[in-house]
Amino acid sequence: MKPAPFDYTRAASVEAAIALLASAGGEARVLAGGQSLVPMMNLRIAQPRHLVDVNRIPGHDYVRREGDELVIGFLARHEHIRSSPLVLEACPLMAAAYDFVAHGPVRNRGTLCGNLCHADPASEMPAVMLATHAEMEVQGPAGSRRVPAGEFFVGLFETALRSDELLVSVRIPVAPKRQGWGFHEVSTRKGDFAFVCVAALLQVESDRVVAASISAAGIGARAVRLLGLEQSLAGQPPNEATFRQAAEDASATVPFHDDALVPGEYRRELLSVLARRALLDAAARALSSDL
Amino acid sequence: MKPIEIAFTLNGKPRSAEVRPRVLLSDFLRHQMGLPGTHVGCEHGVCGSCTILLDGRSARSCLTFAVQIDGSEVETVESLGTASALHPIQKAFQEEHGLQCGFCTPGMLMVARELLEHHDTPSEEEVREAIAGNLCRCTGYQNIVAAILSAAAKLRAEKETTV
Repeated sequence: MKPAPFDYTRAASVEAAIALLASAGGEARVLAGGQSLVPMMNLRIAQPRHLVDVNRIPGHDYVRREGDELVIGFLARHEHIRSSPLVLEACPLMAAAYDFVAHGPVRNRGTLCGNLCHADPASEMPAVMLATHAEMEVQGPAGSRRVPAGEFFVGLFETALRSDELLVSVRIPVAPKRQGWGFHEVSTRKGDFAFVCVAALLQVESDRVVAASISAAGIGARAVRLLGLEQSLAGQPPNEATFRQAAEDASATVPFHDDALVPGEYRRELLSVLARRALLDAAARALSSDL
Repeated sequence: MKPIEIAFTLNGKPRSAEVRPRVLLSDFLRHQMGLPGTHVGCEHGVCGSCTILLDGRSARSCLTFAVQIDGSEVETVESLGTASALHPIQKAFQEEHGLQCGFCTPGMLMVARELLEHHDTPSEEEVREAIAGNLCRCTGYQNIVAAILSAAAKLRAEKETTV
């Protein structure tokens, strides 16, 4: 199908883009990589009256380090981020999760910030943002504000972003030296959206888990932190028996999305297994970086 | 919703056109530019048949609006070879039976070209990764992979003889 008619404006600056969004009174959408928005427009699920193209705004395709934060601008494309040595060093969890994100031509165009604003419930990057305690720097007519990932993802395709705001950058705390990470996913084919994916970060001292941050996507309307699982691991020995039990307990209490393709009970089983595998990987990496 | 004037480079030649914002690049190439080599399969970014190169990187032309290519360089499958003078990648597809019905072929050729521009000795796994976003409904993947590996060898040989 073809998209419904719309007005198109190419914004020259962030301020111009925000002014355009504000003047459209909620009828405008930002066009960045277009890899989620345009399919929805082609299928007429989305029919924005106005598109604000931000692709030519100079100076926002960066991936850089600012102090103890990895900062990614709104025009940084997936492929650029995925192949960045800085990301591999400062956020290895993200680099690993990128192995599961889409395919070359989609990654060439799609942006991280656009992906996060789309807030697909089965997308990998919202889970990575939650596990890493990232913050979203959002700019609107009144100035900018920082929204923690935990408050940014509100519901199904829904974020805390207002209609006159632009997500200008993502700020991810640089991974501490002895933090281990793990990311596991099951989907129909590689590159598809996840049935379930789990992101885990662990710190281990004297054979005890001292910090855990774990998130999952694909199980419900939005990506979630698995707070109960995190708490149950505190002070425990980082071994298979601990992780198996904790992951089973945690997945028993989470409500699951059920559909014709993937029954809720299967998602529950996947969460349990993938959480255990992600935790085992994270523990092994935390211990090997200890040496 | 008025037409917007755009200027761009298409298969190496400077072009300009007037286009309405809602026109997809895939339709623009086929209907306004008269280049039907770019195929439209699913029209929502799943099948990869419409893959072109936008400023040297592969992109779905069905997920790009034609107005967005203003100032850019676009290459379609027509930039490769002609029926009488096939590009080495096209020649390899012919020799290795890398196409059956041919519908997915333009997209396959363009991602193969992007891959081989960056890696002159790709592994089979890298080839499979490169075509992972392109569907062949004849399921002829084995021969497509063989064709791209053969094309890599042809291009390497070509490079050696020109040095």
